[in-house]
This record gives sequence, C-alpha cells and structure tokens, in this order.
Amino acid sequence: MNTSPTGRPDGPEPGRPDGRGPDQRAGHGPERRAGHEQGRRNTPEPGRRTGGGAEGTTQPDGTAQPGNGLPADTRVRQVATGGIELCVAELGDPRHPTVVLLHGYPDNKEVWAQVADLLKDRFHVVLYDVRGCGHSTAPKPLRGGFTLEKLTDDFLAVADAVSPDEPVHLVGHDWGSVQGWEFATVARTEGRIASFTSVSGPSLDHFGHWIARRLSRPTPRRVAQLLGQGAKSWYVYALHTPVLPELAWRGPLGKRWPRILERTEKVPATGRPTTLARDAAHGAWLYRDNIRARLRRPRTDCYAHVPVQLITPTEDAFLSTYLYDDLEQWAPRLTRRTLRAKHWVPRTRPEQLASWIAGFVDGHQPGLPAVEPAATGPYADRFADRLVLVTGAGSGIGRATAFSFAEAGARVIAVDRDGDGAHRTAQLARLAGAPEAWAETVDVADEQAMEKLAEKVAAEYGTVDVLVNNAGVGMAGPFLDTTTQDWKHTLDVNLWGVIHGCRLFGRQMAERGQGGHIVNTAAASAYQPSRTLPAYSTSKAAVLMLTECLRAELADQDIGVTAVCPGFVNTGLTRTARFAGADERARQRLRSRAARLYGIRNYPPEKVAEAVLRAVVRNQAVVTVTPEARAARLLSRLAPRVLRGMARIQPPV
Amino acid sequence: MLPTKTGRTTAELPAFRRAQQRAYACAESVAARLRPGTTEREAARMQLEWLREHGGVNRSRPPLAWFGDRTVLPAPAGLGRTAGLSRTAGLAGCAPPRRLLPTDRKLAASMPFVLDMAPVLAGRTTVVGYSGCLGPDPVHERLMTDLRAHRELLLRRVRERRTLRELHEEVERLSAVQGYGTPPHTRPLGALLHPVAASPYERESGPAHRLPPRWSGRYGCRAPDRPPRPGLWVAEPHLWFRGTGAKFAELLVVTDSRDPEQSAFWLDDDLPHVRRWQEEAQAV
Repeated sequence: MNTSPTGRPDGPEPGRPDGRGPDQRAGHGPERRAGHEQGRRNTPEPGRRTGGGAEGTTQPDGTAQPGNGLPADTRVRQVATGGIELCVAELGDPRHPTVVLLHGYPDNKEVWAQVADLLKDRFHVVLYDVRGCGHSTAPKPLRGGFTLEKLTDDFLAVADAVSPDEPVHLVGHDWGSVQGWEFATVARTEGRIASFTSVSGPSLDHFGHWIARRLSRPTPRRVAQLLGQGAKSWYVYALHTPVLPELAWRGPLGKRWPRILERTEKVPATGRPTTLARDAAHGAWLYRDNIRARLRRPRTDCYAHVPVQLITPTEDAFLSTYLYDDLEQWAPRLTRRTLRAKHWVPRTRPEQLASWIAGFVDGHQPGLPAVEPAATGPYADRFADRLVLVTGAGSGIGRATAFSFAEAGARVIAVDRDGDGAHRTAQLARLAGAPEAWAETVDVADEQAMEKLAEKVAAEYGTVDVLVNNAGVGMAGPFLDTTTQDWKHTLDVNLWGVIHGCRLFGRQMAERGQGGHIVNTAAASAYQPSRTLPAYSTSKAAVLMLTECLRAELADQDIGVTAVCPGFVNTGLTRTARFAGADERARQRLRSRAARLYGIRNYPPEKVAEAVLRAVVRNQAVVTVTPEARAARLLSRLAPRVLRGMARIQPPV
Repeated sequence: MLPTKTGRTTAELPAFRRAQQRAYACAESVAARLRPGTTEREAARMQLEWLREHGGVNRSRPPLAWFGDRTVLPAPAGLGRTAGLSRTAGLAGCAPPRRLLPTDRKLAASMPFVLDMAPVLAGRTTVVGYSGCLGPDPVHERLMTDLRAHRELLLRRVRERRTLRELHEEVERLSAVQGYGTPPHTRPLGALLHPVAASPYERESGPAHRLPPRWSGRYGCRAPDRPPRPGLWVAEPHLWFRGTGAKFAELLVVTDSRDPEQSAFWLDDDLPHVRRWQEEAQAV
C-alpha cells in the first residue's frame, strides 16, 4: 500500500520517465556514464536535441513536443498572450488541484520533469516555458519584453487556460520563484493563486529592501552579509554585459554547461535541457529588464496575499540563506523548509521537493481552512515529512531520538528487538507530532531480519532520509573473565548491527542519489580506555572508526555520517548489561549499583536526542554530549597518558 | 489501625477525607474558571482566595500553579541536576525554590496546567495535585490515562512493604516502559511519597512530629532504604512527555495491620482523576 503523502508509486522505481533505473544512478565512472547513455536512448522524446542552437519551437507537423524527460502522455498546447505563443504542458487529471511549476534560468520546463512525474498522480500538473525559453516564442524586440509585468500577463493567461474556475497552486524555482513572488504580491492576481512555494529565488522587491536596510545602517554583520551576497551575485553583473553572454551561451559555454553543472552543482547529466542556448541567451533579458529597476526602486506594497512555503537549500552557491531573514514581515503566512543541497533542487532532490509541495498544497485547498503542520520542534523546517529510521528505539536514547524527530515532523520507523517498546515509541511519536510512525520488531544482529526490514521499508515507506544506528548492549567485566560468547554477543549487536544498518540503508540512500544522513551511536568509551569495559569499548571504538571511514566514502553522494558519543546517560543500558565473571547474585548487585550511579548522574537521554538532530543539521563528524565525554575527548588528544592512567583505576562499581 | 505514635487515629480519617474532598472542590472550581490569558499568579491567587473563603490556612507553602511546559516540574540546570551536589550545596530548605513559584506565564488554548496546594482545611492537612488542559490535547489525555497504572503500582508495592527506594525504582521503570521522561522525583526537591507534615494549625493533631517539611527533598532523589512507616502519606506520581506534564496528589493511609487490604489504602476513591478512569473504563 502506498502510504507516503507524495503519492509515490508503489514498488521500486516503476518505469521512470527518463528511463533511469536505480542501478544506473549508483556507480561512478564508466559504469555511470553507460547508464546515462542508456537513459538517453530510452528517452521518449524523439526529436531530442543537445545544447546548442535549438531554435525550433514546433515539430514539422505543427505540434509541440513535451520536452526531454517529460512522459509521453504529456498534453502540450500553445497559449497566446500579447503576441507570444507559450508552450504549456499538462499532466494528470484536470479535476485534481492545479499545480503550476515555473522554471528558472537557464532552464526550460524540463527542469521540473522528475517532480512533475512524482506529482502527476495526485495533482493536475501544469508546466510552461517562460517567453523566449523552450518552445515558447520570444518577444520582439527582446529589450523590454521580459518585464515582470509582462510575465504576470503570461501567468494569468496560462492560469485562465488551464484552470479557469479554481485558483492554482504556484511553485517556482530560481527565476520562476522570482516571478512567483511578483505574482503572489501584486493585486491583480488575487484570487487566482491558492498557495506559493518558493525555491531558491527571492522577490526582487524584498531583495531591494534587504539591501537598502543594510546600506542605511551598516553594522559589521550587515556589511558582511552584503559583501557575501554581492560576491555570490557575480553572474548577475556578467549578464548585464551586452552581447557577450549570448555569444558565450551559443558557443563554448552552452556546450560545456551540462558538464559544468554535473561537476560543480552535482546535477545528474541525464535529462539535460534541449534548448539550452536559446533559454540562456533570451533569459539574460530577465536580468537586464528587471534587476536594476527593481533593486533601485523596490515596490513598497510587496506583501504576499497567499500562504507561502519557502524552501531554502543551504548550500546554494548563488543565494545566501540570510536573504530571507526578514521575510515574515512581507509574507505573514510563511512556512519555512530547509534542506542541505545546492541550487538545482528540482533536479537533485525531486522526491523531497515533491513531498513538501504535495503537503503544502493539501494543507491549503481553496475554500477549506488551512491545515497548519502539527510539528513545532526546533528543526521542523529541516525534518518535516522526512523518513527517519531509529534502531533500539524501544527505550533510552533511541526512543528519545525518535521523539525528537517526531517533534520536528518526521515520519518515524521505530525498530527494536522489544516489540512492545517499539510499538509504544511509535504511538507516542504520533502524539509528539509525527505525521506517520511505524514499529518494527527486529534484532539488529540478525542479518536476514535486517535484510527483510530493508526490503520492507523500501517497498512500503520509501527510502530512509535519516538512519540512526542506535541499538546497543552493555558488557562489563575484566577481559580475562569475558567469554567468547560474551564477545560475540557484544560485537553482534554493537558492531554488526551498525554494519548491517549502514550496508543496507546506506546503499538505498546512495542508489536514490538524493543525499541523506547516517548517525551511529558510539560511546565515550570508544576513545577512553578502561579496565572494566574491554568488550564494550572495543565494539564502540570500531563503530567510531567505521563512521569516520564511511563519512569519507559517502561524502560524494551527499550522505553525511555522524558518530555520537554520549557518555553516562540515564537509560536502561545498565539494567540489561552483562557482567563477565560474576555469579547471578553479584550480577544483580552490580547491575543495581551501576543503575544507581547512572541515576545519580541523571543525564537525560533527551539531551542526547537534541545533539543528534543538531549533528544532522550541521553535518558534524563526531559529537560528544555529556561534559565528561567532552573532557575525555579533549584529554585523549592532548594528554592520552592521563586517560591511560585513569583506565587502571578500579571503579567503585 | 493507625498506631498511636503517629498522633492520628483511625477515627480521624473521615475528617481528612472531607478536607481532601473540599480541597479538590477548590481545584475543580479554579480549573473551571481558567481562561486563555489567565496567568499562573492569577491561578494561584484564585486558589488562595477560595481557600480563605472556606476557612483554609496555607502556612506550610502557598498554592502553586504551573502552565505549559512548566507542568514538567522544571529541573535545575547543569550540574544542579546531579542530585548529590544540590543537596550538599544546601538547596534543601523549607521554602519552595523560586523556579517552582507561579510566574506571569499566560494560559493559552490546549495548554496543560497543574494546580498544586497543601492547605489545612477544616482543621486537617491535605494535598491536591490537579492536572488539566485548556481544550483537548491527546498527549495530556494519554498521560492522565497512564497515571492509573502508577496509582495501582504504588498501592500494591506499599502493601508488599517494599522500601521507599524500591518504590522509586519501580515507578522510574514503569514510566520508562511507558515511554515517558525520568520522573521528577529523581530530581532534587522532587518527591514521590512523603509523610504529611504536621502543622501547628491542625487541630487535634497530637504531639508535634519531627517529620521533615515538604521541601526538604529528603524523600526525593535519595529515598531511604526502608518501607513507609504507618501514618498518612502523600503520593505524588508525576509523568511528563515533551513539554506536557500531568500529576495527581493523594493521601495514602499506611497502617500496622497484617491484613494486606488494611495495611495500606487510599484515603478516598472519589477524586477527579479516579472518576475519569472509571468513565474511561465504562466508555470502553
């Protein structure tokens, strides 16, 4: 059954429009290139052109083509507006809510192909080429033909053609978003837009006010922000040069653009734009016609009259995140979403984008009261609707982590050997704010069970965005008393559990190619030797090193890997810990004394959960939590002999 | 039977029951008058005024009110969390610590609240811990439902004559199993089960007791390793989940009887939270 709100189709990758299978996105080098070649051969679009000089807007028979990457059943038509013919593509049932996807620069509507495909089952998806781009005709003369006023005329013409009765939901990326802000803030579109999702494109008016405010009162921080954004905007200055940009786009730059994007922006080379030179050359007039005019004299009435969802990629090379600092002032109904990605989110994170768009559209249907997201946690902008799997979620740190993610609006899968505990976690996670939460009873040490779990998760819930390998057991007692059985048990759970998790779910993340994060729970004893915890410390040290290696390997795929070293935290670990070389009575006594010491320390697992979320947001490598764990980490680097000396002390337990 | 050295007789119990009933009536009356915008100070004052009108005395401590995430008995920050340290630092005193006193926080829709008082009413010391919520909140309802298991567990273990330390550990374990945070009784000044302090304002209270005052924390984070002595005890289970807390406070009678049924019993079963569980059971 399909349970995801994005309307993601069942099963693994049923016939992607661009013909890419999961195996073709996984590898590197020659294998990967071969996949791309195959992908291109399978493209349904027959008249595909690469890069330069695709001036033709229609096929010889007079019908426009949907474009590279768009499915063959796309309905294409021309909409006339002010002497321009706009190429409009439609997917999905027109009775469903209409979602208009607006592309940026230098792109045409093909940039939205993957997102449109994910949305088309639940929505009436409309894409159109902005004037002068793709298969739309260009105004004559070009100068003065690309003002935001004229682009608003275009949008209203398209909206009237595709959804004459109902307002449409607008989504814009880059210049599409800049246009979207204009549409969402001018009076004449009122009643025609139900919601607006902005991706990587500020309102020029808001931007103008942002600059003016920083120039009028330049504090050091504000000057730094101005200079930072000024440097990121280098291409804007370049595009104001006459003729040269056009020559470059129609010449060498146009040819090399897909490779440049692949290398610097990590945009997959498949589904490259078919009319790039034309889009880029004409699109330069977007900048020349609007930027100077709007930044010099920004409108003062630029208040959004629709609910706005702002999606900010944190690694954007062209736009700083602090551009949106004062946005609540202009858009009172604002929902913020953040993701760690570069500028071309519609190409690099289509699933994430589609799920946020679908959620926002569902929550803002015209005529119905707006549905506010239930999650109010500190990182709700980051984790809303993401899929998080936590092992060892039946108690302690795992449970607290599951709750923290639930509070941030994530969908949570609670995995534990103890089924009742996992169910309880899932129930309470729903109360804490998770839109969906499931419990799975699995022993992480069991390879086959973990493989089954990975298959089930992929088939029923989707690809995991954040994996927390937290399950672990305690093992105390001197090395000479520790049996091989004890060793096996400890390593099976603490190390092999993490290996299975990383292996199975890490592969799914890498194959999806849309980033992700893995958190492994190590321990302070991973770098703090002690005579009482040889087996436990060894297993956790292995987890720490595994994490560091994996982090290096998966960095290319945008998958972050973090090790968390909590220290003494008041959890059930002591109650279930094994004690080598002690009989049952001594074991009980040791157990309750250890539990009491942990109780006196009383460090709450909730604080570890906070650290886990923060680590994922900041993509930290190793996180130490309690003060004693931090101190030991510092000592292990500065004065390891001190730790070696402390390791010889027999603890009071 | 309550042994004579406790200073209280079994014949007094109906008077204590009446006092507890009236104190809970006070809490219910105040809770019904809470509106969005009411502050904790106002809620505490409303309790005080009701008690004054009905002849109550508040000498041991004033009535308290906590709203929102303050219903999770706020823990001291940093090293103060470590039980041993705060005790040696002399935090254990007679006055309630400032962080527990009512503030100007305003009540809002679907915000949980706790009203907490220990007055002397009609000549008898009593306690009230009343949890509510302004509007439906699934988390709060869940907590109230799950408090039932704690009430049953406490009575069962007291009848088994378990030590206070064991009781604490069992309650901690139960709330961990239920998925809730470490109960406030593990923190300095928190308490799960403590004897009713005798008050000089209590008539016919017999000889003065050398029992610790309510805020000493002696029965809090480090409970003594002995069973509760016969006498009147206050049980205050307190659960919390992500910024929402719920508790109740009730008088528990511990006697020296050998009959388990008579060795310990709740003073009164006709209290708001107990009625709530009965309604829930009937609805099912």
